[in-house]
Amino acid sequence: MQLTGDRFTSETASFGNDLSTLPNFPAEIRAPQGTLPGVSSFQVHFADHDIMTPGDRPDVLVAMNPAALKANLGDLPRGATIIVDTHDFTKRALAKVGYEASPLEDGSLDGYHVHSLGLTELTLQAVDGLGLSRKDAGRAKNMFALGLVSWLYSRQIDSTVGFLEKKFATKPDVAAANVAALKAGWNYGETTEDFSVTYEVKPAAMPAGTYRNISGNLALAYGLLAAGQRAELPIFLGAYPITPASDVLHELSKHKRFGVRAFQAEDEIAAIGAALGASFGGALGITTSSGPGVALKSETIGLAVSLELPLVVVDVQRGGPSTGLPTKTEQSDLLQAMFGRNGEAPVPIVAPRSPSDCFDAALEAARIALTYRTPVFLLSDGYLANGSEPWKVPAVEELPDLRTEFATEKNHGDEFWPYLRDPETLARPWAVPGTPGLEHRIGGIEKADGSGNISYDPANHDLMVRTRQAKIDGITRSIPPLEVDDPTGDAEVLVLGWGSTYGPIGAAARRVRKNGMSIAQAHLRHLNPFPANLPEVLKAYKRVVVPEMNLGQLALLLRGKYLVDVVSYNQVRGLPFRAEELEEVLTNVVNEAGDTGTITGSADEIEVTR
Amino acid sequence: MTRPTDRQVDEGRSPEELQSPNRRSPIANAVANTATAVALDFPSLRLVPKTDTPQKAGDFKTDQEVRWCPGCGDYAILAAVQGFMPQLGLKKENIVFVSGIGCSSRFPYYMNTYGMHSIHGRAPAIATGLSTSRPDLSVWVVTGDGDALSIGGNHLIHALRRNVNLKILLFNNRIYGLTKGQYSPTSEVGKITKSTPMGSLDYPFNPISLALGAEATFVGRAIDSDRKQLTSVLQAAAQHEGSALVEIYQNCNIFNDGAFELLKDKDTKDDWTIRLEHGQPLRFGAHNDKGVVRNPNTGAFEIVDVTPDNENTIVRHDAHTEDPSYAFALSRLSTQDLRYTPVGVFRDVKRPTYDAEMAAQLETAQQRGGGNLQGLLHGNDTWTVN
Repeated sequence: MQLTGDRFTSETASFGNDLSTLPNFPAEIRAPQGTLPGVSSFQVHFADHDIMTPGDRPDVLVAMNPAALKANLGDLPRGATIIVDTHDFTKRALAKVGYEASPLEDGSLDGYHVHSLGLTELTLQAVDGLGLSRKDAGRAKNMFALGLVSWLYSRQIDSTVGFLEKKFATKPDVAAANVAALKAGWNYGETTEDFSVTYEVKPAAMPAGTYRNISGNLALAYGLLAAGQRAELPIFLGAYPITPASDVLHELSKHKRFGVRAFQAEDEIAAIGAALGASFGGALGITTSSGPGVALKSETIGLAVSLELPLVVVDVQRGGPSTGLPTKTEQSDLLQAMFGRNGEAPVPIVAPRSPSDCFDAALEAARIALTYRTPVFLLSDGYLANGSEPWKVPAVEELPDLRTEFATEKNHGDEFWPYLRDPETLARPWAVPGTPGLEHRIGGIEKADGSGNISYDPANHDLMVRTRQAKIDGITRSIPPLEVDDPTGDAEVLVLGWGSTYGPIGAAARRVRKNGMSIAQAHLRHLNPFPANLPEVLKAYKRVVVPEMNLGQLALLLRGKYLVDVVSYNQVRGLPFRAEELEEVLTNVVNEAGDTGTITGSADEIEVTR
Repeated sequence: MTRPTDRQVDEGRSPEELQSPNRRSPIANAVANTATAVALDFPSLRLVPKTDTPQKAGDFKTDQEVRWCPGCGDYAILAAVQGFMPQLGLKKENIVFVSGIGCSSRFPYYMNTYGMHSIHGRAPAIATGLSTSRPDLSVWVVTGDGDALSIGGNHLIHALRRNVNLKILLFNNRIYGLTKGQYSPTSEVGKITKSTPMGSLDYPFNPISLALGAEATFVGRAIDSDRKQLTSVLQAAAQHEGSALVEIYQNCNIFNDGAFELLKDKDTKDDWTIRLEHGQPLRFGAHNDKGVVRNPNTGAFEIVDVTPDNENTIVRHDAHTEDPSYAFALSRLSTQDLRYTPVGVFRDVKRPTYDAEMAAQLETAQQRGGGNLQGLLHGNDTWTVN
């Protein structure tokens, strides 16, 4: 099903629509078929204009069995089109998911346009004579469905034909069967009179340029690769497989020709340890993981803070705590990234806001790491990782120049002091082994300011703790001010988000404005340190709403740092926000702010109907 | 200075021979011809730049005050390592010592090379990243029995199985010193310590057996007080291509004093120490009257009194035996109370290093054409908006 979704996405992207996708699948590799937890789905939203979310309420649902129908029916608006494969609507399969009678026959779907087809049988007929087993032939039904939906939305299927022929190049009979099923699906739409309307969604108006479709994890891997190239440093990736971050390891492992050393370690700790060792040697050290893995890396991140070496730590967040929801999304590692270490160990945090933005965010994380000689968190999440959208391919020469200088000379008379700092950035010199005369020893024990020798002196420790903090705080000077989108200029309410909620928040804000109300929107890319103008922005609005896929982690930071009683709206369902739901939340806050003029009551109590 | 034997220098295939010519690193070819007369030939270090000025032990001392307890065995090891370093003939700046946490892990602060004192147990992992990304460095790991075998056991065995080009010096004092005297994973059963007032229940690791279980390509053992023997094992380890684990029995005179006295006291040491010398029969004892034979029923090694009848059955040591069960059987001669302790090089075999193999993969990929980032970003499936 995920492959079918990918192909439809690709056809749609090639057609020039703007789009956004939401793959949703269980953590189990072969989850039991026909059960509700076993349903794998792929949602795609496309339009002739700039869109921001995978959509709240699909207009078309293709359900391959009763479980898929039951799991997704609740999302559909009345009047939606439902295409059902009747093959699996057996008494047993229906009973398995709690249907007493077939919903195709009991009238419960009367409010929808239902197309019940023997998809499996139609597919078997289409591939008859190609010499496939019944099982293999039946598998091609996804392609039949894709052909049918492609026809329904006037998509061309040529690129998918090419894709299938390439994918199954070594199994020509499988390729032929899939192509036959795809074409049969298309032709079925064309010849049957069951579908009275087809849809044509025109290409979206987008800035001129060359576009491709890209997922968040791929964009993130490319961003890291680009960072290495722009820094002119070899990349060393230490990683241990973990959902949903493994794709970044897989991708970077392919790029040995760029000099990328991708090391699959024995555990999360070794993964970051090796990356840090490589950084000590002058590479751009990177480690990629998700929440549980990051928990294991904490001590080494602390060491990197103390050693003051560049390191990019990628956390593709998923539902927690513990193993949590491995394949679902959440934003609940913000405080782990911020504080999850012993001692005063500040680490900068950068968060991308959309799949394609993962590319730019990765470059930004590397910039901070290299400039300030510090570990940096890059906080992606499962929704960004697997979701995809069109991306305007950047020109490499226009990407930021990340070149940095290694120390080559003694810097304190005839001595080399590894902790003598750049007065501007407070970064220490990066002197890599192999540089004559700069031999030095560094470690996790507190160091004397400047010389870096072991020091247990109380005043020195106080100075070093404050200096490390000041270095991170000073990054603010290199990041752009927070931009606020306030089209009417008279909004009283600001909605402030971070990370992957950008799409749903933006879509909700649009809806609020369409209804004639004013609302301002801003989105944080830098979570540590915050942009310099953040306090002014917060104070410029009567109320600030912060929607997060956690229980209020950014809200806690804002309240603690700026004494602003932000309105925290939270959801931890493993799924992105729905624009419709956020619209209601924002509308309520805007109305309340207009009514009272002052902040009253508990900010946490925001009512929303589900 | 002890000359290595011919076999240590030349025997076996060089790593280049293990790779097809088109996979040889260009750095390797460039550096191979630049060795100076100062240095011995260390095959494992051919990518590391050589010094052209003679060095002395003092060149490797730092200005830092050494803070081990007076009388600690670490001093002897430090002196032996500093004394041995000039034999490598390497540029000092291309040598790195990486350590974990513990008394022994303060070691890098006292070596005038590059160094990192990292966190507990993780030195082999950190050194793996450094070594594999910088083939021009000679990377040494200094660790202890707690650091390497307790908290860091996983990293140790994985570094060994991968055969990363690291020289790992495991200072084994069979006690936790820095935390003031708890039992360690090499402490004997029943040991009374602060955390085991009724005696330790843990069955100890034999570090040599453990390393051999991970199929380490080089495993050796030395004693802190025997500088000559320690130096010869260090030399063999340095020459070895790939991971080398050297267990060094080190006396903690504060919390476990005399732990290795049986092997140090001149009245007892010859009777309980089996000196491993490649090509020589395994005979020992104050009167050279004991020997090692294989029990034909169990396959294990046993100690016998040497007689004219059994003299021919005494095992002749071959550190290059491919099958690790040979060295493993040797390692099992020791008991927890150190009776019959082999010292020297247990195993020294050739296997391609992780570093060289990784470099070769990168080179192969690059020979097929360097990376074109713009092309990669563009991909195969684009559309244009005008």
